[in-house]
Amino acid sequence: MKKTAVAVSLALLTVAGVAQAADQFIPIPSYRVGAYASGGAKFYGGMIDYLNYVNMKEGGVGGVKLTYEECETEYKNDRGVECYERLKAKNGGASAFNFMSTGITYATMDRAEKDKIPLMTMGFGRADAQDGRAFKYVFPLITSYWSQATAKVQFLGQRVGGMQNLKGKKIVNLYHGSAYGKETIPVLDAMAKKYGFELQHIEVPAPGTEQQSQWLEIRRARPDFVLLRSWGVMTPAALKSAQKVGFPRENIVANWWGGSEEDAIAAGDAAKGYIAGSFALDGRQFPVIQNIEKTVYGAGKGNLSDKGFIGTVNYNRGVVSGILMVEAIRAAQKKYGAKTLNGDQIRWGMENLNIDAKRQQELGVTDMFPQVKTSCQNHEGSGYTRFMQWDGKDWKPVSGWIKADTGVTLPLIKASVDKYSQEKSMKLRDCAAEK
Amino acid sequence: MEWQFFLEVLVGGLLAGVMYSLVALGFVLIYKASGVFNFAQGAMVLFAALSFVSIQAMGVPFWLALLLTLALMVLLGVGIERVVLRPLVNQPPITLFMATIGLSFFLEGLAQMVWGTDVHGLELGIADEPFDVGGVFISKFDLFAAAVGGTLVALLALFFSKTKLGRALRAVADDHQAAMSVGIPLKHIWAIVWGVAGFVALVAGLLWGSRLGVQFALTLVVLKALPVLILGGFTSVPGAIIGGLIIGAGEKLAEVYLGPFVGGGIENWFPYMLALLFLLVRPEGLFGEKHIERV
Amino acid sequence: MFYRESGQFKSSYAADSAILTIAQDRLFIAALLALAFVVLPGLGSDYLLSGILIPFLILSLAALGLNILTGYAGQLSLGSAAFMAVGAFATYNFMLRMPGMPLLLAIFLGGLMAALVGVAFGLPSLRIKGFYLAVATLAAQFFIEWVFTKFGWFTNYSSSGVISAPPMQVFGIAIDTPASKYLLTLSIVALMALAAKNMARASIGRAWMAIRDMDVAAEVIGIPMLRTKLLAFAISSFYCGVAGALYAFVLLGTVDAQAFDLHRSFQVLFMIIVGGVGSILGSFLGAAFIVLLPICLNLLGQAFHDTISTQFLANLEMMLFGGLIIFFLIVEPHGLARLWQIAKEKLRVWPFPH
Repeated sequence: MKKTAVAVSLALLTVAGVAQAADQFIPIPSYRVGAYASGGAKFYGGMIDYLNYVNMKEGGVGGVKLTYEECETEYKNDRGVECYERLKAKNGGASAFNFMSTGITYATMDRAEKDKIPLMTMGFGRADAQDGRAFKYVFPLITSYWSQATAKVQFLGQRVGGMQNLKGKKIVNLYHGSAYGKETIPVLDAMAKKYGFELQHIEVPAPGTEQQSQWLEIRRARPDFVLLRSWGVMTPAALKSAQKVGFPRENIVANWWGGSEEDAIAAGDAAKGYIAGSFALDGRQFPVIQNIEKTVYGAGKGNLSDKGFIGTVNYNRGVVSGILMVEAIRAAQKKYGAKTLNGDQIRWGMENLNIDAKRQQELGVTDMFPQVKTSCQNHEGSGYTRFMQWDGKDWKPVSGWIKADTGVTLPLIKASVDKYSQEKSMKLRDCAAEK
Repeated sequence: MEWQFFLEVLVGGLLAGVMYSLVALGFVLIYKASGVFNFAQGAMVLFAALSFVSIQAMGVPFWLALLLTLALMVLLGVGIERVVLRPLVNQPPITLFMATIGLSFFLEGLAQMVWGTDVHGLELGIADEPFDVGGVFISKFDLFAAAVGGTLVALLALFFSKTKLGRALRAVADDHQAAMSVGIPLKHIWAIVWGVAGFVALVAGLLWGSRLGVQFALTLVVLKALPVLILGGFTSVPGAIIGGLIIGAGEKLAEVYLGPFVGGGIENWFPYMLALLFLLVRPEGLFGEKHIERV
Repeated sequence: MFYRESGQFKSSYAADSAILTIAQDRLFIAALLALAFVVLPGLGSDYLLSGILIPFLILSLAALGLNILTGYAGQLSLGSAAFMAVGAFATYNFMLRMPGMPLLLAIFLGGLMAALVGVAFGLPSLRIKGFYLAVATLAAQFFIEWVFTKFGWFTNYSSSGVISAPPMQVFGIAIDTPASKYLLTLSIVALMALAAKNMARASIGRAWMAIRDMDVAAEVIGIPMLRTKLLAFAISSFYCGVAGALYAFVLLGTVDAQAFDLHRSFQVLFMIIVGGVGSILGSFLGAAFIVLLPICLNLLGQAFHDTISTQFLANLEMMLFGGLIIFFLIVEPHGLARLWQIAKEKLRVWPFPH
């Protein structure tokens, strides 16, 4: 009797062990139709390619295979919410969501907090979510909007030979007439006060197909530089209008939503010379990109329909998104073990990322994006931005990695976080206590 | 200095207005001839522009690509007439309007499925360096677009008023059944009208595509054309041009001179408010057909 | 056979003029309500409640509002999303600036604000008709969207221009689970749908329909045009405003003005046209169609995702959506509600042919 019991329990254990061939599920809330389909297809293609690459090269993360499922959001808020609800509990639970859309992020923030699933808002979303004490489940990784805005001004400082030379210069902030567009106004105002340059804000009503009057005003104002906070069709329209009024595109600095091949190609000749910021570099020279092409596309499992787009700005960003997701899983596995992890555990992983120079070398991504080290109070992890210039065919880097001006951003973040916690009647997390 | 700036804004606005009229023209054509408010006009503009650049990208020379796209648009027009309009003959206007909305979804999906979602640049060979006329800068490209638009409008106005076909079109617009009963071949007329509208969409698509790049957002130019339509009247070709000029100039001048008082960005709703004001005086638009209600 | 009226006699005028005169209808509605109020919250998954039913209910409320204006009163309006926005932002501001205000009262007041704005933008309808009015209502749409984006006061000067719903509670019960949110939405929508149905059957509804059919004649027989049209705008905007408040507070939790853009207006318009203009049931059926169809197509596409590229499928989804709208319009231009009505008619004589 005892022997049978032991035999049965051993058999059950083996069966259980075998059944434990665990999966880690990563939802892909993509957009492949509509106005942003072109960028979205490349971004999510890059992310999927990286996940497949990890599966093919290492058999997953710590032996746990990565599974994914796509859900079309069409870049619309309610579709995004529906995708979130559909995928959050699938296949053992979603690891994290990266919607590549500020609107959808806002729409799902409250739910994600309740369901304990992290939102990876890499480079976009709420800038004050950098402070993880109020935003436990939101991670604006690498660099938030406010950090980028300060970097833009610092880049201009580099162009004029030092921040002190910015004093007395005239800068126009041409922004998209939406919540996204207005987000950086307070930060830029603070920078203007700190460095003594004249700042004028000009709004372009969404979607920005017509900018003639704005650019005529700009011509009248004769600024030294134009900061372009644009999105979608506003970018090529701006460049074309700049050409019409004869404003040199070399003096236009856009942020990363306005800096990809899609924007530049649409504007044709007018785009030549304009500059855009980015948190991830394009190009095929990175070992990880070359490996993906060899391994994944070599086996015919590539997600892009045209291999020619490998290495484009959006594609590389997607790969970086995949890398951050996988590294978060890896970090979480170090604490919780190599098995299927739930959203809360992945959140811990995302809060304890440490992609340093050594790790970057191992991954083959040196210089592709800055080193990332997150913590409870720093959900951004880096704050560096780099600038590149469109030369008619390609993007060429024109600066090194520029750090955010924390002297300006941190007080603003604190004020915003205090207001948010008051509105939501919540208490801030105690980072020291959670260690 | 101030005068020069004012003139720049005014001239720029007038020229932009002509671009709006081009899109509005497509609406007017179809409404005039079939009483249908064709919401799919934006999708047709996108489809035309996308087809053109994709055909060109395959190595076909400019003029041949243009002809091929024109043929494609005419075919599309005929197809639309057969599949969508014929079964809906004599339905109330709102049903037809709704059908064109469904059609716009269909065309947008079709355009991106067939030609892909990538963005294309479109060069028409006109460098966009500005002319300097006594200190006032005028865009070369805008002048060209205005010339094209003006010619098109003149041609269409002549067509509708002087030719037999034009008169038949107007009869159909007035009353489908009556037109059928006097022997006007409804189906042929509609096919022709949609074909011509397709041609107008192609011209608009080329000009706007050159301005914004050929991408999905081209469908948004429709929103700029709607105030032109209501100001000029749904059924008037010269109304489209004059409405366009008024809206274009009005919107730009308001943005520059009134905008700063309220913080800017009023260009989106100002044309609609302007058109609304005109409508209160003339409820059918400046040149629209006066609708006589019989009780 | 089952749906016969024979044997059911009414002995009072009240019984005769009730909404549900046939016992089978009453049974059906009772079962439906039991399902909605009792079964679904208990057994429904988070996805079903939060991802499908709540959006469906909220959007049917907005469709109801638009149906009152466009379907019953015949005033074509493309600005429904703007009134939703007014409701949402007004509710947020009432709750923010008047501490201790109960949620339901705030939503009601938000709807009232939307009604006032609706009356203001409805004034042109006295002079302008048809498609011209539709494009004029776009003025409302763009203007209101601009106002909420431009003036920080409405969003409490939030740097990202969003409003965040505070934690909600009704009569001491916290509204934080999908089930409680669903029940709150369902109760509000059910009450307002009942109100709409009764309005449509009352003299005000008949006055609206008279204006829709031939407004000159209506004025001749003594229906006051100004009051009736403005009342239609007011009530319609009230419904849209409440829908907007629910959308912001119950569904999303955090919303910016862009959630109520032109796309939303068109979406609501599609719902009433596909569902059937001038029909209360039509609003619900249309909302179900517009909300569920893209999801069904997407889920169906998932079955093929290994063999066909997702891009192709996503575009196909869009084409099918447009194609189905056209198909429905050709097959039944009066919408799904008419199909339902025909089905009921056939059921009354089934299994006999006539």
